[in-house]
Amino acid sequence: MSSAFANLPDVHGRFGPYGGRYVPETLMPALAQLTAEYDKARHDADFQRELERYLKTYVGRPSLLYFAERLTKEAGGARIYLKREDMNHTGAHKINNCIGQALLAKRMGKPRIIAETGAGQHGVASATAAALFGLSCQVYMGAEDVRRQKLNVFKMKALGATVRPVTSGSQTLRDAINETLRDWMANVTTTHYIIGSVVGPHPFPWMVRDFQAVIGRETRQQCLEQVGRLPDVVVASVGGGSNAAGMFYPFLGDTAVELVGVEAAGRGEKLGDHAATLSYGKPGVLHGSLSYVLQDADGQTAPVHSVSAGLDYPGVGPEHSYWKDCGRVRYTSVRDEEALQAFFMCSRLEGILPALETAHAVSEGMRLAAKRKREDVVVICFSGRGDKDCYEVARLQGEEI
Amino acid sequence: MNPIDALFQRLRSQRRKALIPFLTAGDPDLDATARLARTLAEQGADLLEIGFPYSDPIADGPVIQASYTRALERGVYVEDIFAAVRKFALPHTPLVAMVSYSLIHRRGGEAFLQQAAAAGFSGAIVPDLPWEESETLSRLAAQRDFKLIHLVAPTTPRERARAIAQRSTGFLYCISVTGITGERDRLPSELREQLAWLRSQTDLPLCVGFGISRPEHVHMLRELADGIIVGSAFVRHLEKAGSQPLDTVGAALGELAQTLAAALNPSA
Repeated sequence: MSSAFANLPDVHGRFGPYGGRYVPETLMPALAQLTAEYDKARHDADFQRELERYLKTYVGRPSLLYFAERLTKEAGGARIYLKREDMNHTGAHKINNCIGQALLAKRMGKPRIIAETGAGQHGVASATAAALFGLSCQVYMGAEDVRRQKLNVFKMKALGATVRPVTSGSQTLRDAINETLRDWMANVTTTHYIIGSVVGPHPFPWMVRDFQAVIGRETRQQCLEQVGRLPDVVVASVGGGSNAAGMFYPFLGDTAVELVGVEAAGRGEKLGDHAATLSYGKPGVLHGSLSYVLQDADGQTAPVHSVSAGLDYPGVGPEHSYWKDCGRVRYTSVRDEEALQAFFMCSRLEGILPALETAHAVSEGMRLAAKRKREDVVVICFSGRGDKDCYEVARLQGEEI
Repeated sequence: MNPIDALFQRLRSQRRKALIPFLTAGDPDLDATARLARTLAEQGADLLEIGFPYSDPIADGPVIQASYTRALERGVYVEDIFAAVRKFALPHTPLVAMVSYSLIHRRGGEAFLQQAAAAGFSGAIVPDLPWEESETLSRLAAQRDFKLIHLVAPTTPRERARAIAQRSTGFLYCISVTGITGERDRLPSELREQLAWLRSQTDLPLCVGFGISRPEHVHMLRELADGIIVGSAFVRHLEKAGSQPLDTVGAALGELAQTLAAALNPSA
């Protein structure tokens, strides 16, 4: 990649001013070990071959780049393509990262993995990778989410993981991360923490981006093959920001390609009503790194809201903060009701149920396509399938399943 | 001279060790914190650690975390903590702020240190600001002779521990266990070895924290450390402030302080 962006983070884990390691001393040696081990692994042809083999034969990669003819027609502008991460084993992009990190855990000789989860997608993907590699697995999940996401809780248990409901603080994803970090502090010599997004202390934002960059690399190649050139616009949803980081990273040097990240505008602009960290937040420290964050004037983390559990997070990956400040990626936001409309539109026009996270990207992708010429190409990162959201969408529609 | 340096100089000349209790600012409220701080100072505390409630305290166990949550639910702001501490008036008991870097970053390092010093704090412990990230804040603190106390963990390699000790001022916070804050039945035996080694590396006072709650812990540490930090065992009593008169809670805190102080300095 012929871009200054390609060499980030620096040795301190910085993307410009963002990133770093704001964690208790107890974790610092483990982060140093993980950084060294990952640095070796990424240059190790055997490791990369093994990773590729699992991505191909187990995850089912490459995922398809699909021309969405009816969505294109409906938008009435540019051609819309969907990068089908929902077709991966376990139904979302999360598994790309989990396979990579579980392989690393094995390489480091750590027999136990832990993970946080919000709606349960990353928990299921972690439990899956743990089963595949014979590792023990504990997943932390907010007590409220445990109640709402019974199916995923059952899946994790069936896969051999234990699920620990988190009752502290706000009992959401944010507290699940806190609790996983606490477990890691107590068991750091035997345990690897598979963080689910491009957040947390260095090396996580870097490593998770790299494991997800397969999305962007494939998209770039497939677009060249199918369309004969690169896309004009690439759109992805941003909670912590892992599918977007993986999608955007290989395109950073292609300056003609417009990159658009879509956050959750929730039900309004008031603090507490949305999860649009880059749109409304300020730089601050949360979960081990410096990045945009939704805080009050004292630096206390603010409550957030989104219809999508995967976007419902008050922070964002530090590299996104850097891309925002540089202007390389434009960040926008989509409201709950727009996402729900996109959920149904995509389902009815294409026969593909998007996850509510993905529906945010679909909504923005349609809007952008409508404003563009027919020859133009808009790629939407279709990060996950919507099955997990059916209960929630039905509830919002006043239906009972 | 910074009051923390003066304290340890005096204690060393008396061959005494420091008892450092921890209190959450604003649990159950800031007036209570002021009264309880006074009680502790009268019952044997040599230095007080005042915890700034934070929404996401990853180094803290359930007791301190719950205390922070209670204080935040009542709407305790950093500004109010400074105002309350300014009125503590404890001339012989230096105060150290235990504060997440998230709160410091939001104000700006310079502003935070200036306001903390003006409120009467002599130093700060920033548990989520490791050596790599602390250079700027350490420099700003040194300019005003404000102590920035760094932490060494059981997992810290020796070379790194040496670098941390070089940058720490006031004292060195030695974490006794691999994990989070909270009471433990016993302390790990490796702790003895680590403290002896640290003693050979630095002249800074060594204070041990995490997991300490009982006189028998204190007996083990008395010979090896210059002070002990006790958090959860004190904070546990704050839970009861909702259902008991504050004097009862204060009496329980005072009794624990006396017991620990007696175990720490038996001849005194």
